[in-house]
Amino acid sequence: MSHRFSDVAALKDELAGVDYLSDEGIAGVVYLADRLQKPILVEGPAGTGKTQLAKSVSEITGARLIRLQCYEGLDEAKALYEWNYKKQLLRIQAEGGSDEDWTDLSDDIFSDEFLLTRPLLEAIRAEEPVVLLIDEVDRVEVETEALLLEILSDYQVSIPELGTLEAKQIPLVFLTSNNTRELSEALKRRCLYLHVDYPDMEREKTIVLTKVPDITENLAGQVARVVRSIRQIELKKHPSVSETLDWAKTLVLLGVEKIDEQTAASTINILLKYQSDINKALKELATADGVTP
Amino acid sequence: MTVTDAAADATPKGVGDPILDLLNGFIVQLRAAGLPVSLTENLDAMQAIRHVPLEDRETFKYALAATLVKHHNHWKAFETVFEVYFSLRGDDYQIGDELVELPEMDDDEQGDQQGSGDQQGGGGENLTPEELAEMLYQSLMRGDQQMMRGVARQAVKRYAGMEPGRPVGGTYYLYRTLRNLDIDGVLERLLEQEQNEDGEAPSDFEQRLARDEYQSRANQLQQEIEAEIRRRLVADRGVEAMAKTLRKPLPEDVDFMHASREEMASLRKAIWPLTRKLAARLQRKRRHGRKGPLDFRRTVRASLSYGGVPAEPKFRNPRPHKPEIFVIADISGSVAAFARFTLHLVYAISGQFSKVRAFVFIDGLDEVTHMFEGVEDINEAVHRVNTEADVVWVDGHSDYGHALGVFWEKYGNEIGARTSIMILGDARNNYHASESWIIKAMNEKARAVHWLNPEPQSYWDTGDSIVGEYAQHCDGTFEVRNLRQLEAFVDNLA
Ligand SMILES: Nc1ncnc2c1ncn2[C@@H]1O[C@H](COP(=O)(O)OP(=O)(O)O)[C@@H](O)[C@H]1O
Ligand SMILES: [Mg+2]
Repeated sequence: MSHRFSDVAALKDELAGVDYLSDEGIAGVVYLADRLQKPILVEGPAGTGKTQLAKSVSEITGARLIRLQCYEGLDEAKALYEWNYKKQLLRIQAEGGSDEDWTDLSDDIFSDEFLLTRPLLEAIRAEEPVVLLIDEVDRVEVETEALLLEILSDYQVSIPELGTLEAKQIPLVFLTSNNTRELSEALKRRCLYLHVDYPDMEREKTIVLTKVPDITENLAGQVARVVRSIRQIELKKHPSVSETLDWAKTLVLLGVEKIDEQTAASTINILLKYQSDINKALKELATADGVTP
Repeated sequence: MTVTDAAADATPKGVGDPILDLLNGFIVQLRAAGLPVSLTENLDAMQAIRHVPLEDRETFKYALAATLVKHHNHWKAFETVFEVYFSLRGDDYQIGDELVELPEMDDDEQGDQQGSGDQQGGGGENLTPEELAEMLYQSLMRGDQQMMRGVARQAVKRYAGMEPGRPVGGTYYLYRTLRNLDIDGVLERLLEQEQNEDGEAPSDFEQRLARDEYQSRANQLQQEIEAEIRRRLVADRGVEAMAKTLRKPLPEDVDFMHASREEMASLRKAIWPLTRKLAARLQRKRRHGRKGPLDFRRTVRASLSYGGVPAEPKFRNPRPHKPEIFVIADISGSVAAFARFTLHLVYAISGQFSKVRAFVFIDGLDEVTHMFEGVEDINEAVHRVNTEADVVWVDGHSDYGHALGVFWEKYGNEIGARTSIMILGDARNNYHASESWIIKAMNEKARAVHWLNPEPQSYWDTGDSIVGEYAQHCDGTFEVRNLRQLEAFVDNLA
């Protein structure tokens, strides 16, 4: 089995090449996942680049991205496979009256031709390299997690009528979670765990520089600096990277060169969503000596 | 439980392979710190270290963490063990070495700190206090990590006064080092400098940003100092002893009544995600709520449209009415933190109840429900409770009997059959009368009365604790010393 990445530093560079700014931790765990052929569970606050990581890895490896977006109520039929019963019915009707024996018929209608492949199965059956992204897995019920276990540990799917289908290639699997609930231990045991947090100031500045057209290095630095200060305040919800980017874009549009208190106050609603957070942050930022409670 | 799970705490033997022995020793320390490491995870870690060299410290650390730590809450505990365990196994650590070479404590260790003090020309060795102060200033001004490390090493060597075998903890050395460095003074100087540069005085806003910036560099420096002290302590006392002294409870196990300032901060951080999770879980529970008992009358009525076949069974609503919650909380001294977290949690999920009312007491009692109404920030409300509630009657020492009396007199007749009452406190009554009959009377009217005690059960009814007297009239008395227990209780309540 050949490996996708030669070493951690190279992987980090390649990611940067497609505008994804990682760090030692992120690159290290992705590298390891490839070597150990294990899925990665990426957990962390919303908007910190978890989904983007999977996309960017698919981009640098040239692998097709197969995405299963999770939601409450997601079931086997939507995640794994489903029999195309309409087509099956038509076939049965077509056979109606003929004396073909039932076993033959059932062999026939439970064959590939009648199988509707959903993302998980698709990833297993793909001939070419794929990256499988199981996005926001914390949204499905705990019971539904069980669906994933076989795939994640053995890269295979058992279909009663067809037997066990094994992966033709080992997909690189990312599961993401915004941590709205605790995932089961069984699921966690099968994965490498990567916690993605808000980036430090330097990395955030680089992300802003990379992602916001026409921004000056100086403004990007100021943006990262203000956001860092805001994240140190105890708030209900801290600004995410996507909110930082939105804010930076706005500042560029407004032609801001220097972020002063006025500018911050009139645009902070892009960074913070709760009114109580906004009030608190503005009050804090107007305090020179930073008396955080 | 599968077989694999049952064997979870067996440790695979790394037959004589030094790197595997090293890893096994590490996992023993992790388990001792309370981290759950299963057999699968242990095996994964063994695989992982084949692909990531020990010399690449950061990557090595993340690789181990990815296989061994599956809860972000446990990261800090992991990191502490990691730093202690691998603190002497630096770049030059060779697998197969019987014992790691201890760093020379005395004169010549400039070998591993190249770059740190080059600009000062002294290579970092034996700087005068003035030179060291200048280097400190420079390192904070530039935010230069290498230089900070150099400062840390010099400062610890010069100021901490570490001697082999001395039985004092790391915090003592840290204190001595920091006191001599006067970092706060340096921060002030740096901030003044800001002002001059620009020509005009910076606004409060600019000052705040600058201060945060320097402060975070100062924190970085402090971490370097701690690391240096730890390194020397490990060299002196050995890994195991150090790992043991540094062992701290995981956040979910931090005792409310004995939390340090730092732990309090970590608890406050932990409570938001926890309430979010709890709320999401309860909402799901309600939506997918198990069905209630069969409703015969409605089933029969529905069956009429199916020719008398009960094709569509009807069920009673499993939760006909959301309960109403009264929280009555002792907010005196040592139990205040517990009351705060509980109020916070209850209000965070108040949507699960038809109404929440809050009462706080010390020896007097006050209703504080209004302080929570229409506020978005529960923290702020809790803060107001602590500063504004009128809870002192005589001397501000807990008097449960009197407080309960006030409650009963003023609010007793507002207790209804749907009211669940939670009483929070250690029932340390300073030898006043218990008036436990009030609890009995409350419970006769209420749906349930629960007592939550933040003290370990083994302390109950010792000294002036009279929780037993009250407990006999409650539906349940629970030890709630930490977030783990609090979460479990609230989960069951809703
Ligand atoms: N490290 C990063 N490098 C580049 N862009 C990033 C990074 N982290 C976040 N972003 C950007 O932030 C936005 C949100 O990222 P996303 O992956 O959707 O977050 P999540 O899945 O964690 O909620 C995207 O536009 C993404 O490109
Ligand atoms: Mg996402």
